[in-house]
Amino acid sequence: MSLFSVRHASQRGEARLPAVLLLLLVLAASWMLWSGLYKPLLLGLGAFSCLLSAYLGHRMGFFRHQALMGLLPRLPGYWWWLLGEIAMSSIEVARLILKPAMPVSPVLVELEAQSESEVGQVILGNSITLSPGTVTLDVHKGKFLVHCLTSEGAEALRSGEVARRAARLEGS
Amino acid sequence: MYVVVSVAILVTMVLALVRALLGPSVYDRVLAVNVFGTKTVLLLSVIAFLYGRPDFLDLALAYALINVVGILAVLEFFQDRSRKKQGVDSD
Amino acid sequence: MIDIGLDILSWVLLTLGGACVLIGGIGGLRLPDFYTRIHAASLTDTMATLLIFVGMMLQSGWSLATMKLFAIMLFLLLTGPTATYALANAALLSGLKPGDKGAQGKYGENVE
Repeated sequence: MSLFSVRHASQRGEARLPAVLLLLLVLAASWMLWSGLYKPLLLGLGAFSCLLSAYLGHRMGFFRHQALMGLLPRLPGYWWWLLGEIAMSSIEVARLILKPAMPVSPVLVELEAQSESEVGQVILGNSITLSPGTVTLDVHKGKFLVHCLTSEGAEALRSGEVARRAARLEGS
Repeated sequence: MYVVVSVAILVTMVLALVRALLGPSVYDRVLAVNVFGTKTVLLLSVIAFLYGRPDFLDLALAYALINVVGILAVLEFFQDRSRKKQGVDSD
Repeated sequence: MIDIGLDILSWVLLTLGGACVLIGGIGGLRLPDFYTRIHAASLTDTMATLLIFVGMMLQSGWSLATMKLFAIMLFLLLTGPTATYALANAALLSGLKPGDKGAQGKYGENVE
């Protein structure tokens, strides 16, 4: 999938310990939550699964992304803003669908990502897809091809608010 | 209350199936199946509350996991096939 | 008092979520071509998921079920766009042009 292959060699560093430990912690917590049984056998199986997942993630290069840890504290604020955006655009889309005439005016928009890193671009692409009315069709070398349901939505996208916010998330 | 929501979800699942049957392109059908899958997850979670059986939530999570992997696998298959077909056409 | 308020709020959220699901389903049937139908699907995928899960989380209070609901919601919201992107990108790469039938056929040119 090209979503994961828009990388530049300079962004890849060594695997870092805090990220590995955080992933292990999250995995262990979700195992405990879901299993609810604390027999030695099941705990052993859980530990084995957590370590295996962490190893597979390491093989996939999951821990070598520089930006991943740095943006975690800023994520809730961004999500809160995104929630408002999603609510507004979904009301828009719902009104559009319910109108008998259905006045859709689909437009394709080219968008430039402001963040260089792969993680920032994935966040931007997913945020665009997540809000109803706009869908990311293609990501290539920092250029996004976005399909908008209405021309107003395309205008809002061209003003670049989403791209700015997503770039600020990384605190560059 | 939960009954109303689950009926709404069921109706949407039927609509998605209709779209999957009608869909002119393969991708319409895959989209309909994707909608059907996520609605299954929603329905299972609502049913967990409707009948007061929280263990249905585990099933919902399992369905969510299977759905994503399934859609990606199906897409990989169709993308491969359409690429091959294009290659044959351009030769 | 607070309990009644939370109850009413969660019912409102659940009803709105059900309405969103229905509207998305109707849109999936009514909209003219594949790329516009994705928007209807994303309406049910994000907004309806958010509303219904938050409504149920309010109902269940502080319990294990709430944690599970939150985890499922997060998982759906994180993987949904990725699946949608894979789908849209596969359609684009296979040569399905936006607006093949129905509204406006001209905006395909300035692509590429």
